[in-house]
Amino acid sequence: MDATAGSHARGGHSHPTPGIYFKVAIVLFLLTAFEVLTFEAGRGGLGPALRPLFEPIVVLVLVVFSGAKFVLVALFYMHLKDDSRLLANLFAFPLVIAAVVIAALLVLFRYWREGVGP
Amino acid sequence: MAASVLDHAPAAHAPAKTGVWSWITTVDHKRIGILYGATAFVFFLLGGLEALIMRVQLMKPDNTLVSAETFNSLFTMHGTTMIFLGVMPLSAMFFNYFIPLQIGARDVAFPRLNAFSYWVFLLGGLFINASFLINAAPNAGWFGYANLTENTYSPGLNTDFWVLGLQILGIASMAAAINFFVTIVNLRAPGMKMLRMPMFVWMSFITQTLLLLAFPVITVALVFLMMDRHFGTHFFIPAGGGDPVLWQHLFWIFGHPEVYILILPSFGIVSEVLPVFSRKPLFGYTAMVFSGAFIAFLGFGVWSHHMFSTGMGPFADSFFALSTMLIAVPTGVKIFNWLGTLWGGSLQLRTPLYFAIGMVAQFIVGGLSGVMHAVPPADLQQTDTYFVVAHFHYVLFGGAIFGLTAGAYYWFPKMSGRMLNETLGKLHFWMMFLGFNITFFPMHFLGLNGMPRRVYTYPAGLNSEFWNRVETYGALLLGASFLVFLWNLWATLRKPANAPADPWRGATLEWLIPSPPQEFNFGEVPPVNSSTPAWDLRRARGGPLPEPGHVSGAGIHLPRPSYWPAVTAIGVLGVIGSILLTHAVPHSYAITLTGTAILFYGVYRWAFEPAF
Amino acid sequence: MSQAAAIAHPPHDVPEHPTATGIDSRKVAIWALIGSECLFFASLISTYLVYKGKSLIGPLPHAESQCVLHGKLQTCEGVFEIPLVTAGTAVLLFSSFFVVLALYGAQKGNRKMLIGWLTGTVLSGMFFVGMQVYEFTHFYHKGMGYGTNLFSSTFFTLTGFHGSHVTVGVIWLATLLVLAIRGKLPPGKSLNLELAALYWHFVDVVWIVIFPTVYLLR
Repeated sequence: MDATAGSHARGGHSHPTPGIYFKVAIVLFLLTAFEVLTFEAGRGGLGPALRPLFEPIVVLVLVVFSGAKFVLVALFYMHLKDDSRLLANLFAFPLVIAAVVIAALLVLFRYWREGVGP
Repeated sequence: MAASVLDHAPAAHAPAKTGVWSWITTVDHKRIGILYGATAFVFFLLGGLEALIMRVQLMKPDNTLVSAETFNSLFTMHGTTMIFLGVMPLSAMFFNYFIPLQIGARDVAFPRLNAFSYWVFLLGGLFINASFLINAAPNAGWFGYANLTENTYSPGLNTDFWVLGLQILGIASMAAAINFFVTIVNLRAPGMKMLRMPMFVWMSFITQTLLLLAFPVITVALVFLMMDRHFGTHFFIPAGGGDPVLWQHLFWIFGHPEVYILILPSFGIVSEVLPVFSRKPLFGYTAMVFSGAFIAFLGFGVWSHHMFSTGMGPFADSFFALSTMLIAVPTGVKIFNWLGTLWGGSLQLRTPLYFAIGMVAQFIVGGLSGVMHAVPPADLQQTDTYFVVAHFHYVLFGGAIFGLTAGAYYWFPKMSGRMLNETLGKLHFWMMFLGFNITFFPMHFLGLNGMPRRVYTYPAGLNSEFWNRVETYGALLLGASFLVFLWNLWATLRKPANAPADPWRGATLEWLIPSPPQEFNFGEVPPVNSSTPAWDLRRARGGPLPEPGHVSGAGIHLPRPSYWPAVTAIGVLGVIGSILLTHAVPHSYAITLTGTAILFYGVYRWAFEPAF
Repeated sequence: MSQAAAIAHPPHDVPEHPTATGIDSRKVAIWALIGSECLFFASLISTYLVYKGKSLIGPLPHAESQCVLHGKLQTCEGVFEIPLVTAGTAVLLFSSFFVVLALYGAQKGNRKMLIGWLTGTVLSGMFFVGMQVYEFTHFYHKGMGYGTNLFSSTFFTLTGFHGSHVTVGVIWLATLLVLAIRGKLPPGKSLNLELAALYWHFVDVVWIVIFPTVYLLR
């Protein structure tokens, strides 16, 4: 955040090529497909044999895969990988607060406990 | 689109400098600051009047000056007005006027967005107060707890005015927050690293961050409430499975950062005034910055201390008790650093210093009662009593208002080119200080003795009469102190504008330009090598700096005035305000559509109009 | 003010006036807006999760339930049509890819690339909104009004706000498309598209969170 009046702005960063963007798109598509397949398998939609394998890991898979998609879009498509660190921090800080708020509300409303009143 | 630009061309290069139209189309941060200040001051006096009526009603038991219903509207509007139409826009006056000056910039990052924020604020304030005209003033508290605010218990338009008014005001705050955030990050003069910024700019920066993060949450809560009231949902209605406590959580996730939004600018002002009037640098600059940032971050982790009586359970209660006690630590750091600034200084006993010291002393009192609230078992005794009323008035009036008043006296010469009368200033201070403490200190006793909040009267024989009467006299004295201030303003504005650029021997950049500044602020931005550039220049010269003359503004390209921000603001009012009428007026969707059209048209013309 | 005009390929994100960070103010502003919107959607998502499973009556997202249809209480199936929404999700994901290519074209002065991929983005956005409108209408006919139960209220509010953000994005991008077709989006002005693209990616990223949370959690 130095006052370097635009001096380091001139094209100091590289640009991903369309080829890289395409690969990211494919990965995003595959991750989404796997999320949906895990969900389907977990509820028995792909046969009774797969259900006990997938049901316990549905939440984990969803969290990890959607997290990966989030990061890929942020780093590559939103250009944070090559842009100033300031912009990444500008995104990260509210995300942390948002995560804290969501987590706190889930705890306060006993999201993980069944049968407890509001 | 070029044709529309040419339509404006002749007038655009010679914009009007005087007259109402020049104020409506202004994008100059200094003018917008004055607009905010004048408007906010009027609303502040209105909020004060609401308070005085309440105090007179409570002067004796079983009084009949106002009915219970009217009293409900009075405390609701007093709170809403003071917070959203008083303290916040008064702070905005200083953000607007002084952030660009203190960082060595010509204006904010987005001048038209700045104007837009003001117009939306004005329209929002008028909208919510228009409710008085049809006897439908909001009456369910400034915090609008569900399910009192649901249709079953608040069937009239009162709560709708409140919900929609706050949404409109929220847009003004959000737009301004983005603007000042970017301004501080991006428009600092060369040499002004973040850790060389004036403390007022730092605290304002943290405030803008809090605004950006907190307002979306109340926006969502207000949407849910409106949906419950008029669109058949049950977000907070138990009969439909909803939980009224969710309202409280969402409100206070906003509400607690909001109180830091209210106080941090005043902390910043005090951190400007104390060094200048002690002729000593601020003690512990870096600690002040980081304690402010820590308060802001932690401020998102304490909100349920407003909810200790809702039965969250021991785990939640303990967590929020601990986090609340923890947040007292960085606040304490600030208090000690302010004392350290004064200690050993060459104290200049002028009005700004009086108000700044008053702020520190009274904030300590408010902070102490706050820490008492942090203990849940104690809070169960204190909550909903006058003890809490005492607490928040000590921090918000004794703290924020005293701080803002210090800023007013400190910066008035810069804004107007005239020095306020010192004797009247000190009279104002003593009347305000005595009036304030006489009004609010006894509330600690009344509260602990059990007098509840938000009651329009009380019966005789409960030991409440004496202190209530004393408080009312205090409130009248407090009100009178503002008459002294108004008198001072009026008499001073009639004097010629010949105040020096630097009457106080200030440390920061705004004191290096004429009072009032020229439209472009700086001819050339002075060098910045520390957090006290003006003192540095003075030291280098070995004595006072020569009075800065007016410089030619040739070649300086200023943003052009525009009325599209005002038009767009009208669109915003039209869209949001018309929702009020949904169930009261048939075919009111026509107004919503018109408002939407104005909004879109305003945005398009604004976007395609050249900024310069 | 175009001192960069003399340079053959002017850097596209250098601000017109020097800034303390070297980043254009409008870009910093968009990121500040995005940060703020994180809290907006966090509040909506939290409410959805907090009320998940607490509806007093159907219809429900996946499971069977008792609901009121045509005035009568009857058994209703879970309302979600996962294949439809998955298609919409894929289209939205690809639209982020399309706009990145459009921006690349804008920065390189490749008019065909810019117009082609930007058109693809706008159409994808419209497809997504169309999918949602279809989905909402479908749900309504299955007895799921806005206030029917906690699931319906939280679902429609959350996805409705997301959809309105998509709509604003479509209008913004469509405006830029018109400008591009009229030749008013040269490389020197590609920042205008970059700002809209950042907004668009954020809207996509919010859906990346909403899709599994709402549709794939039982």
